[in-house]
Amino acid sequence: MNKTLETPPAKPKKSKTVRKLRRFFRVLFARKLVILCTVILVIMALAAVFASFVAPFNPYSQNLGNSLSPANSTNILGTDMLGRDVFSRIVYGTRVSFSVGIVSVAFSGLVGMVLGVVSGVAGGVVDSFIMRVMDAMLAIPLIILAMFLGAVFGQGLGNVMLAVGIAMIPSYARLTRGQVLTIREMDYVTAGTIFGASKLRNAVSHIVPNCIAPNIVLMTMNLGGAILAEANLSFLGLGINPPTASWGAMVSDGFMFLSMHPVIAIAPGIFILLIVLCFNIVGDAVRDALDPRLRGTF
Amino acid sequence: MKFFKNKLLQMILRRIIQSVIVLLFVTLLVFLVMQAVPGDPIINFLGEAATPEQIAYFTALFGFDQPVLVQYFRWITGLFQGEMGRSVTFQMQISDIIFERLGTTLLLVIPAFIISVVFGVAFGVIAALRRGKFLDSAVTFFANVGMAMPNFWMGILGIYIFALTLGVLPVQGFVSPTQDLGESIHRLIMPVIITASGPLAVFTRQTRSAMLEVVRQDYVRTAEAKGLDSRNIIIKHQLRNALIPIVTVMGVMLGAMIGTTVLIESIFVIPGIGSLMITAIRSSDYLVIQNGVLLLAVAVCVCNLAVDILYGVIDPRIRDAK
Repeated sequence: MNKTLETPPAKPKKSKTVRKLRRFFRVLFARKLVILCTVILVIMALAAVFASFVAPFNPYSQNLGNSLSPANSTNILGTDMLGRDVFSRIVYGTRVSFSVGIVSVAFSGLVGMVLGVVSGVAGGVVDSFIMRVMDAMLAIPLIILAMFLGAVFGQGLGNVMLAVGIAMIPSYARLTRGQVLTIREMDYVTAGTIFGASKLRNAVSHIVPNCIAPNIVLMTMNLGGAILAEANLSFLGLGINPPTASWGAMVSDGFMFLSMHPVIAIAPGIFILLIVLCFNIVGDAVRDALDPRLRGTF
Repeated sequence: MKFFKNKLLQMILRRIIQSVIVLLFVTLLVFLVMQAVPGDPIINFLGEAATPEQIAYFTALFGFDQPVLVQYFRWITGLFQGEMGRSVTFQMQISDIIFERLGTTLLLVIPAFIISVVFGVAFGVIAALRRGKFLDSAVTFFANVGMAMPNFWMGILGIYIFALTLGVLPVQGFVSPTQDLGESIHRLIMPVIITASGPLAVFTRQTRSAMLEVVRQDYVRTAEAKGLDSRNIIIKHQLRNALIPIVTVMGVMLGAMIGTTVLIESIFVIPGIGSLMITAIRSSDYLVIQNGVLLLAVAVCVCNLAVDILYGVIDPRIRDAK
């Protein structure tokens, strides 16, 4: 009898990435509040994408005969001074908020990371120069810097994204440089250098991958801030060009009719509050889930 | 020399030099970016109907025809002599306008800062001591809302509730305290509270987490073991050690507050530096914009310097750090 030793069929092991992702989502959605905020954000994102289906009216069609009408069964939040449906404009405003938030944060995160890596890896004069420019930018309050850059680029969606994006670069550059300086001293980088890896190779294969997680955390946490910055600029009349529906500009337009029709100014503000609050809470949760050690550092 | 051996003084000196370098970079940055601003202040001021001769005359009068480098050095040397140039829009010396406006802005920022620190730290301590209880959840919830609430919207909500509906506070406007102190305070109540609200929320959160961090430390357990009363432990052992991250946030928040006054001043029609900046941007008044941004950067650097000195006082370990 031939007895062969048979190993029992191994249980299919889940890959490391799947386990990591599972852990991430488990920690992320541990609190009910985070789930609620995520659901609200998903609904808002869907409303932004399918705005033309969700909004009952064209947000730009004026009807001066029906201007400043109070909330009724047709216009659920009433109409503004040009007779445009307030609710439809709020739905379309979601597009502006999401696009400014995502694009400007992605831009600042990317550029900031590149500057931080270059600064940290190159060292010397390059490092000093980049960091002093970042310090100079940080010395100007964010809203003033965004206003100032907005004055240079002019108004409009793309320019607002650029102004807000540039204004937020320094925080990423600083964070990344700090990470690079720590990682540079790690044994695996020294090992790479001993085996003849160039600075560039070390940067690409060791340093950059290790800088990504804290930057993603900072990006999620900054989404709310970027949306708020756009709302601030548009409120001041230095942001999105009319007639594009932007929540900040809607509050500003409604301000004139506050005593008679408070809904026009107050309703868009509630949505700004809601989206920023949800992004902040989800951002905090992402930080805790991705890397608990980062708690309290931002 | 005993003076130079004092570590705290050394640290202050080092930080002053660093701040001057940062400000130098701010001037370069602001000046170079200003060169790219579209729109001509002279044409804005004279109107489209101006003749080329008029434009040339005023351009030369304000020195805009000089090479960029010459203009930069003229600006910097002027700054050291207390000269900022003339505003095209206001037809006044910029230094006169800017410092008057800064005074008004400080009337808004200083009380708001004090309110936000005092109440923020108090709420944070209360929330930390009642961790997990209803009060903690309520304070944390309001702090989150306070951080997410747009200032301008809160201002409008405040005007609607307290001015238009209840009629207890005025809608807008500013009265100088030298003119009528009572009326001045009456008009500043709402703007100050709204300016304070965001930073108050941040201080509350920061204090709460700093206190919770400190509670776990060995020295707190030691103090408890020694039988010290809880009030002593909270104030002398926990709060003092929790202060360091709070002080860091103080510097950041003071800078942010100076920025948010732009919105508050525009809603409440307060003639401060923020509303000056908006007017200057709308009329592309280069010199006012660049001097205004520089002044705000100086204010932020001074705040950061004050924070660093405060650090040195609170925590002797920081004095030695390079």
